[in-house]
Amino acid sequence: MNPRFLVPLAVFVGLVVVLAVGINHSRQVGVLQSPLVGHAIPQWELPMLTDPGRSLSSRELKGQWYVLNFWGTWCYACRAEHEQLLKAQRDARVQIIGVDWKDENAAALDWLSKLGNPYTQVVTDQDGRTAIDLGVAAAPESFLVNPEGVIVYKEPGVITPQSWQHEFLPRLPPQRGVPAPGAGS
Amino acid sequence: MRASITLAIVLVGLLGFTPPQRAWAVDPAQMSDPALQARYEVLIHELRCVQCEDNSLADSDASIAADLRHQIRDMLSAGKTDGEIKAYLVSRYSEFILFRPEYSWRNAWLWALPAVLLLLGVFVAVRVIRQRAALIDDDPVDDDAGVARP
Repeated sequence: MNPRFLVPLAVFVGLVVVLAVGINHSRQVGVLQSPLVGHAIPQWELPMLTDPGRSLSSRELKGQWYVLNFWGTWCYACRAEHEQLLKAQRDARVQIIGVDWKDENAAALDWLSKLGNPYTQVVTDQDGRTAIDLGVAAAPESFLVNPEGVIVYKEPGVITPQSWQHEFLPRLPPQRGVPAPGAGS
Repeated sequence: MRASITLAIVLVGLLGFTPPQRAWAVDPAQMSDPALQARYEVLIHELRCVQCEDNSLADSDASIAADLRHQIRDMLSAGKTDGEIKAYLVSRYSEFILFRPEYSWRNAWLWALPAVLLLLGVFVAVRVIRQRAALIDDDPVDDDAGVARP
């Protein structure tokens, strides 16, 4: 057989391979890969929900693992995530800092008293500046930050039992003391 | 009949009096400096809304798009260049936020591929044409001589 007849076949196979790789590597619709993962979290300082006169900053959390969770009472998916956050709080492997994003303080306090408070601390980002500085596109989004202040993982959507199990927990050091959840908020 | 034609003319004429609507009317913000406003308008058309990805920041009424426009206005007022503003947003949201990807070695193949394919096509075409040309019968002897034609 003339090997030249194999050329179209080879081109076709090549095309199939390219398209298959493209489809496999295509990002999930609506999910942005954060360029901040692996880098120091941009400095943030936000007022506390319960005491807006006081603030919490990334500097104060240096030396500790924490999850920074952006949420809002207007965010439907955050309600779906809440159960998992409460479970994660009970496991006490890492403290969860809530950022109530573009929200009313009263609504946020009401939400937490009704649904339970999974957060060690809750801060508010009413003008959304910090969210932009952290590349947040849509709530909920969460960052796992190590004691050096480096973002080691970003969850671009709802934290599910699966993502908690497979993305968050393996990155955390084996069981060690973390500040008791709920304290200080 | 006549009345309806008159009505139609009046209605069409009224269209001329509607205030000019622009495609990005979702954004009523105006910067005080016209030069900054011009740069602002270019920027928000070149940047993607990170939540509703097929819209530009100019077209989107999503809350995050409004916040990003606000951020861009503030950075323009603070004297940042267009490049600095884009670089900042790319550092936070990745290059995906740019509708027009930057040229880089990483995506150079994307720009080079059409030219490469075109050259390949020309090469193949020339070869085929040459081969076909070689097949043209240039034998001076008339093969058909003596053959009875119908």
